[in-house]
Amino acid sequence: MFNLARIRGGIHPAAHKDRSSALTIGRVPLPPRLYLPLRQHAGAEAMPLVKVGEHVLKGQLIASSPSELSAPIHAPSSGRILEIGPILAPHPSGLTVNGMVLECDGEERWIELEVPANPFDESPLVLAERVARAGIVGMGGAIFPAAVKLKQGTRHEIKTVVVNGSECEPYLTCDDRIMRERAEAIVDGARLIQHILRAYRVVIGIEDNKPEALAAMRAASEPYGAIEVEAVPALYPMGSAKQLIQAVTGREVPAEARSTSVGALVHNVGTVYAIQQALRYGRPLISRVVTVAGSCVVNPRNLETLIGTPAQALFDACGGFTRQPAGVLLGGPMMGVALPSLQAPVIKGATGLLALAPHELRNDQASPCIRCAGCVDACPMGLLPLEMAARARVDDLDGAHDYGLRDCILCGCCSYVCPSHIPLVQYFQYAMGRQDERRGAERKTEQVKRLTEARAARLAEEEAAKAAAKAAKAAARAKPAAAPTSEVE
Amino acid sequence: MSISVASGPFAHDRSSVDRIMLQVCLALLPATLFGLYLFGWPAINLWLLTCASALATEALCLHWLGQPRQRLLDGSALLTGWLLALTLPPWAPWWVAVGGAAFAIGIGKQLYGGIGQNIFNPAMLARVALLIAFPLQLTTWPLPQPLGSPGAPGFVEGLAITFAGAPLADGMSGATALGGLKTELTLGHSVEAILAGNFALLPALLGSTPGSLGETSELLLLLGGLWLLARRIIHWEIPLSMLLGVALLAAVAHQINPERYPGGLYHLASGGLLLGALFIATDPVTSPVSRSGRLLFGAGCGVLVYVIRTWGSFPEAVAFAVLFMNALSPLIDRYCRPRAYGRTARGKPLAIGRQTSPVKES
Amino acid sequence: MWMATLALAAMGLLLGGGLGVAARKFAVTDDNPLLKEIEGLMPGSQCGQCGFPGCAGAAAALAEGQAAVTCCPPGGVALAEKLAALLGVTLDAGQMSAPQLARIDAAQCTGCTRCYRACPTDAIVGASGQIHVVLADACTGCGKCQDACPEDCVSLAAQAPTLDSWRWAKPQAA
Repeated sequence: MFNLARIRGGIHPAAHKDRSSALTIGRVPLPPRLYLPLRQHAGAEAMPLVKVGEHVLKGQLIASSPSELSAPIHAPSSGRILEIGPILAPHPSGLTVNGMVLECDGEERWIELEVPANPFDESPLVLAERVARAGIVGMGGAIFPAAVKLKQGTRHEIKTVVVNGSECEPYLTCDDRIMRERAEAIVDGARLIQHILRAYRVVIGIEDNKPEALAAMRAASEPYGAIEVEAVPALYPMGSAKQLIQAVTGREVPAEARSTSVGALVHNVGTVYAIQQALRYGRPLISRVVTVAGSCVVNPRNLETLIGTPAQALFDACGGFTRQPAGVLLGGPMMGVALPSLQAPVIKGATGLLALAPHELRNDQASPCIRCAGCVDACPMGLLPLEMAARARVDDLDGAHDYGLRDCILCGCCSYVCPSHIPLVQYFQYAMGRQDERRGAERKTEQVKRLTEARAARLAEEEAAKAAAKAAKAAARAKPAAAPTSEVE
Repeated sequence: MSISVASGPFAHDRSSVDRIMLQVCLALLPATLFGLYLFGWPAINLWLLTCASALATEALCLHWLGQPRQRLLDGSALLTGWLLALTLPPWAPWWVAVGGAAFAIGIGKQLYGGIGQNIFNPAMLARVALLIAFPLQLTTWPLPQPLGSPGAPGFVEGLAITFAGAPLADGMSGATALGGLKTELTLGHSVEAILAGNFALLPALLGSTPGSLGETSELLLLLGGLWLLARRIIHWEIPLSMLLGVALLAAVAHQINPERYPGGLYHLASGGLLLGALFIATDPVTSPVSRSGRLLFGAGCGVLVYVIRTWGSFPEAVAFAVLFMNALSPLIDRYCRPRAYGRTARGKPLAIGRQTSPVKES
Repeated sequence: MWMATLALAAMGLLLGGGLGVAARKFAVTDDNPLLKEIEGLMPGSQCGQCGFPGCAGAAAALAEGQAAVTCCPPGGVALAEKLAALLGVTLDAGQMSAPQLARIDAAQCTGCTRCYRACPTDAIVGASGQIHVVLADACTGCGKCQDACPEDCVSLAAQAPTLDSWRWAKPQAA
């Protein structure tokens, strides 16, 4: 009843973290092929730099970012490029995306890495560029290019950098394990980020259900006064950037604005580790820790996985299935997505792979809303999910907008508590999709209008030019003696 | 994989509508059983008949509207019938039970579109309709005749009272505390004198006074309500603001003129106020969804209850007050919204730019 | 009593008849503001897919209620929704066909330039003797290029769903 977390609403789902958090991070044996989508980040698709049949080394740049809001892709292992074309996307639609298939030669030969000098001597923009070239994106799942965030230090005053070690989703323990096993590297990365952003303080926020991680991070950060470790109450969605900023700094990010407007930036611990590896050792982002869990997995644990590894390989590395799962999810059970097949690859933002039995998945029979307001109580953003869904259901998009659709973070707290089992989040995703469509269609109509007008103008200009040329010709014929050389026909 | 393209979240807390309704019924059970014990066989017949009629009407309506049959099992019709039974005179005839339940479910709930769509609390709607249509039957309050006591009707006699309309013998019925108060006040007696003869706090709280089944043991109702609050089935705003509204107004009035206006405790312990505050006004479908909305709603109910009881022509006010506030719920919902993260209470984004200073590019 | 009934009936007939006559005689047929608004919403590419003579023709038909709000494929669902809101009709979005895009078969193209001269939005690039290509962003699927092409190498097809254009479906109602 009394929420000491300073955040509104939220839920306490059963954690299911014990089994996977008890084991150290393991390794997945090198799979025969790696499938690399060209877009594993928010922004524009990366452009391939290599051709089919070309041999690449581990860590070699194989696709470059065409714009600032993008990220390059590096080969996770040495081998030959087998294919560049559509590959299965790790997306519930089962559609394909443009990608590259790398056939591993088993040798794992690294490209020669540029080990930088002391990064603390470099300027922030140079370091941010290096992070961009390493292909680092938000590893907590948002996959936003990290370099873009790091460049904000030159534009905004960053008072607090929050390192997100909450990991509020059930089942997932990858951040917990890397905090326990790689604490020094993470603290080093946090100091580097502070240097790049010129931030006043760095707070590593860890949920209080991870006492070992708290202890490890506290021990690692003790020599550095500027790095603070703070325990935050274990609550879903404490790991959401907006909620974490509110819990740590007490301030709310204004609606429709970015977190830099309150002088805060959030980075996932996995991202911080990757940044440290890039800035200290020149290593690009080619692997990540993935939690493999769920009651259908024989040995749930965390695995250091090369990007592009098919999901099947990870489950095999955990001993396979105890029984056929009713569903395989990428991510956590709250905001994760269902995978269309076990051939879907692990991408940079894949925090977990869950093989769930029917009793761990929600039953789908929805009944009418009884206005119990459980969703209103649970919503961390203070919205009215029942009203938004009722309007989305009758396609009243403006009404849904009015009740807060654009502030919705799609965390799923409302759907979790709904006694009528209404798929609230899907209504919101549907409504947001319709709005995107509408906006796209409006833009297209505007463009069509512009193009039509431009064409009409072009034709008119051509007509006018023709008429002018005719007139000039006529004029020239009328006065043939006057300076013929100056006339150009 | 057998998951269809449904989106997350894939976890759920296993709550369901029937669990909620069941828990409310459980909370009502102690007070109901005590009331059934106090009023004997006719009350048992009435309660069973009302609940059964409610379920039957629901089944019929679901069939006619082509809706899934298992909605009958969600417990909402049972709860409506149960609450209606608790507000009727315990020895009312069978047609009051059946007609009331049919009106509550058929017109009060299904006609508006089924569960979740009704504006007015169906049980209260039916009670008011019955009160206005059949004032005599709805204001004949028998004195408590506990099961097994010498004067209590036996099983067969009970059936006769409920189904054959056997008239109540003289001396078996009496006025409720509220009804008696109103009558006596018009006769010019002072409140103290009336209450001295008519009302004692402990019996009122424990329940051996004439009244409906739900007006009897306030203590058991309170226990049930507190349990529901602990289970987060109901929110605290409505009971608190409703009871506080009545108590404060009564206290103020009592201070001003103790001869004319009884005090807060009297009001809290009489009539269906506690039942109304804990179980009826808190009906989720007809009450607002935000905290401020619920506070306003409860306060409005409380004020209306007091006003109608003191200056209106009906001694019992909870049903009218709740129905009136139900009508205002959509309006309250429109204007009383929770404050969204990152926005002011009015919905505008919070002001930026005062928390950080601009940075000069180096 | 009869007099009263007759008097009231006579009054009713008189007044009702008067209202009816006034409604016919003084009816306002000029709905120009509405027409202008509708014309403003139309894409203006004059493609003719709606079957009316240009966008102005479609606007006139819509204003009179002779055309469905879903008649304009280039306008898409966005336009249909706006028209539905303006004209106060309910929109059955299922009737809209997916927007079509033109594709030129490079193997067949002779570079005759007829198609790009026909395109109302200049969505085809190419020059005489060079293979022409359709810019998908500017194409409205009107089909004029297909009519103009002598080699029959222009095909119209609905855009294949990609991960970018994929959207969540509305959950089945309870």
